[in-house]
Amino acid sequence: MVLSVENVTKSFAGADGATPVLRGVDLQMQAGETLALTGESGSGKSTLLHLVGGLDVVDSGVIRVNGQDITEMDDTARAALRRSEVGVVFQQFNLIPSLTVAANIAFQARLSGRHDPTQVAALAKALGLTPHLEKYPEAISGGQQQRVAIARTLAARPRLVLADEPTGNLDEATAAEVLDQMLALVTETGAALMVVTHSQAVADRMSRHVHLSQGRLA
Amino acid sequence: MTLTVFTALLSHWRRNWLQFFALIAGLALATALWSGVQAINAEARASYDAAAATLGEGQFDQLVPRAGGTVPQDTYVALRRAGWQVSPILEGRLDADRGRVRVLGIDPLTAPGTMAPVAMNADADLGAFLEGELVFANAETADRLEGQIPQRILIDEGIAPGIAVTDIGAAQRLLEADGQLSRLTLARVQPMGLPPLSAVAPDLTRQPAQDAGANRLTDSFHLNLTAFGLLSFAVGIFIVHGTISLAFEQRRGMVRTLRALGVPLRTLVVLTIAELVVFAVLAGAVGVALGYVMASVLLPNVAATVQGLYGAQVAGTLQLRPEWWVSGMAIALGGTAIAAAGALWKIAHMSILESARPRAWSVASGSGATRLGAVALGLFGLGAGIAIWGQGLLLSFALLACVLIGAALILPLMLRSAVGLAERLSTTVIWQWFWADTRQQVPGLSLALMALLLATAANVGVSTMVSSFRVTFVDFLDQRLAPELFVQIEDEARSAEVETVLRNEAREVLPLLSVETEIAGVPSDLFGVRVGPTYRENWLFLDRSGDVWSQVADEDAVVVSEQLARRAGLWVGDPVRVAPDVTLPIAGIVADYGNPLGQAVMSETLFRSIYPDQIATQFGVRTEDPEALTRILLDDLGLPPAAVIDQARIKAFSLSVFERTFTITGALNVLTLGVAAFAILMSLLTLASLRVPQLAPVWALGMTRRDLGRLELLRSVILALLTTLLAIPLGLLLAWVLLAYVNVEAFGWQLPMYLFPGHYAVLSLFAIVAAAVAALWPAFRLSRTPPSSLLKVFANDR
Ligand SMILES: Nc1ncnc2c1ncn2[C@@H]1O[C@H](COP(=O)(O)OP(=O)(O)O)[C@@H](O)[C@H]1O
Ligand SMILES: [Mg+2]
Repeated sequence: MVLSVENVTKSFAGADGATPVLRGVDLQMQAGETLALTGESGSGKSTLLHLVGGLDVVDSGVIRVNGQDITEMDDTARAALRRSEVGVVFQQFNLIPSLTVAANIAFQARLSGRHDPTQVAALAKALGLTPHLEKYPEAISGGQQQRVAIARTLAARPRLVLADEPTGNLDEATAAEVLDQMLALVTETGAALMVVTHSQAVADRMSRHVHLSQGRLA
Repeated sequence: MTLTVFTALLSHWRRNWLQFFALIAGLALATALWSGVQAINAEARASYDAAAATLGEGQFDQLVPRAGGTVPQDTYVALRRAGWQVSPILEGRLDADRGRVRVLGIDPLTAPGTMAPVAMNADADLGAFLEGELVFANAETADRLEGQIPQRILIDEGIAPGIAVTDIGAAQRLLEADGQLSRLTLARVQPMGLPPLSAVAPDLTRQPAQDAGANRLTDSFHLNLTAFGLLSFAVGIFIVHGTISLAFEQRRGMVRTLRALGVPLRTLVVLTIAELVVFAVLAGAVGVALGYVMASVLLPNVAATVQGLYGAQVAGTLQLRPEWWVSGMAIALGGTAIAAAGALWKIAHMSILESARPRAWSVASGSGATRLGAVALGLFGLGAGIAIWGQGLLLSFALLACVLIGAALILPLMLRSAVGLAERLSTTVIWQWFWADTRQQVPGLSLALMALLLATAANVGVSTMVSSFRVTFVDFLDQRLAPELFVQIEDEARSAEVETVLRNEAREVLPLLSVETEIAGVPSDLFGVRVGPTYRENWLFLDRSGDVWSQVADEDAVVVSEQLARRAGLWVGDPVRVAPDVTLPIAGIVADYGNPLGQAVMSETLFRSIYPDQIATQFGVRTEDPEALTRILLDDLGLPPAAVIDQARIKAFSLSVFERTFTITGALNVLTLGVAAFAILMSLLTLASLRVPQLAPVWALGMTRRDLGRLELLRSVILALLTTLLAIPLGLLLAWVLLAYVNVEAFGWQLPMYLFPGHYAVLSLFAIVAAAVAALWPAFRLSRTPPSSLLKVFANDR
């Protein structure tokens, strides 16, 4: 089991007290599985993804990644988890502005000690990034930036890939292309993939589909 | 409309109070440093003038009785009536039970100098002094006088040991010298059309100012301190420039909107200027007040710096002079104008359709590192040109400016190169990212780092200058004040008698023969000296050939002063015609800080053969017991007290007090570094919001916030270290320009430069600590950034 989420709750402090966002979420994912997570805007999809990725902490409940309980982890351990166990692709601003595209792609792989230059080159080629390797993020388009983020995640070969509306900012054609490549590469590495999306087209490409509503999964 | 627009412009500051604070504080600190240094300078100078007058030494000419004895008070009154600006002095010894005290009576109302000559403490007013109710002395002297005199004794550690200062009337009563005066001091500036002295006071002779050289050394010190004040101000201006550029950059959108809404460009520019003037006046006022506080805290030490020269006093209460307000406000306004010129120009020339998106400060100024570097090279070229061909004090300062501004401008390029090199050399991914990220931060921090560069360089330069000054001063005092006593007689007829007495009583007698003449076209004093152990052991040469004094004693060579050598274009080995028929080679060059005239020294025998009619009226005396010898001279020979100068005491006192100079230099060092640290803090805080998107991906990919905070701190320390490494050679260059160019232009002599690696190490450490302290809070804040703030970067919900 790559991911197991048990009865997770999370609320945020607002102007009028704490607003519950997740009210007891349960979810399991196996290796190789692909999952679409949908829900209204503001339903807590990103929040769940952040919790699973070790970017934020739960109020209650348990999350296990590769069998490790991450809700018990301290800052340092969660940082280590982010380095080597999960890969996250956000909606935007994924890249480190001071590093070149090549350095960005290799970054997480090098952090986790799984750097393989030939694989990086292959990924860059597959995602059409070869001509841009020496450029800085600011010099390439949004679609290309997303592809760099995907390449970076896959180069690190994490067991769990989390993507938060990775194609949300892209036009339809580019979006389809990026998604194709992501799925192909996930299949190749055998990772589990969770994609947050509000697009039915994207959801249809996944092996499983869950919907977040009222703080619970359906 | 004007009000509406003005309110809109001002609203920016309400939303960005940190910027507002940085702007006001930067400008106020800059002004404070400037006016503080000015205040210290002015007060110290005034007090030095005053004390010199009080003690009858230094830069004032004196009227002394031609035939010895005392000056009748009537003569003084006659001179005052005739319009002569003279002030009476009565000196005499008072034999107290616990030792002898020299009583010095003065008249604070007529004494030359800008201030009352005696420290008027809060509990001692001028009235009481004039009534003759007060006597000032140091603790030890006061002890001797305790219970011996009717006056109240106030302790003042600034007064030379063994001296008690009081009003002239009180002195006359104490010394039982009614209606008598010892001498009169002449103010430097006298009214025009006065009757000649010989007509009003035929019995008095005018004795030119005696000056152990301390005076000119002090002037030089003041000049250098002023240069330091300007530098400190420049550091502040860098901060102001930074904040103004940033604020204006961020207000581009507002300016564009206002213009699109029909506000004329002229109105906008005028209002912006009005806004800046308001800020400058506000900050200037704060700055002058701050400078005043700073000066009054530091002043005891500054006073001590010049005090040593003859016991100058800085009044215990520092007056806030109108000049300081004027110069402080002027410099605040001028500095704002300099700092804002670029930003105003940009507003005036901004196209209405130009993107209003505020470019990050870093990006805006980042593209320019190479351009700035090019400007810097131009400035260095200009500086080199001035160094080679230029002349004059103004150009020396221009040279200084070229070097400093050039160095500041080239800093970003050098940092970028250094960091780039580190990036290429590092092998792990974290370090590669760290260096790449640091390179990206350089433009945003460059203004603050420039401020740090200037501050550290100024500190290195000034501490080199002051320390060199001290070494020189000590050597010079050792050399010129080596004889324990200095005897000066007015009556040539008594020369032989005095010399005989001296020869019997003293270890070594050094008659000083002199004529005023012209040597190699330079007005000079030609001295005949009796070469002996004192000269051999104490005189230091700037340059020499062989055994100088033996050559002089053999009448084979002369020694000349640096001024003479420089002005006549001569150096060691060159023959110089010192008298109509005498041409001798120069064997040694000596520093002479006391004299605008040139100086040449030959042996006594040669001098007497050329000028057989000259009679020695000045004698240096080496003795183990100056007190006993003084008594003999005064009591047995009946010389007036002013004729015998206790040089050993002057020297010891000067040296002990001069040591305290370092306190003030140290304090100023810390202050400028504080200002630079403030600049760094402000830059880091304004950059902090830009940092989050840059750091969020790194955090998401597996770095802890604590690590990021630590690296952030490390970055500041490394940048400060690199800046300091550049600042040390720059500071030395600065000191060299000050000592070798500015000083020569201003005073005609070069102050030798000494190196003090220990000081530099400490200063570098201070600079780095200052940067680290400044970076601590922003780094701490970063390490505490809530994850949700970092995650917000990646979200796309608007
Ligand atoms: N750091 C935060 N502080 C307060 N409220 C938050 C925070 N993050 C998210 N929320 C709130 O939680 C809810 C869920 O947000 P999010 O998970 O981003 O939704 P989704 O991704 O499904 O659009 C929203 O109402 C949002 O306003
Ligand atoms: Mg979301």
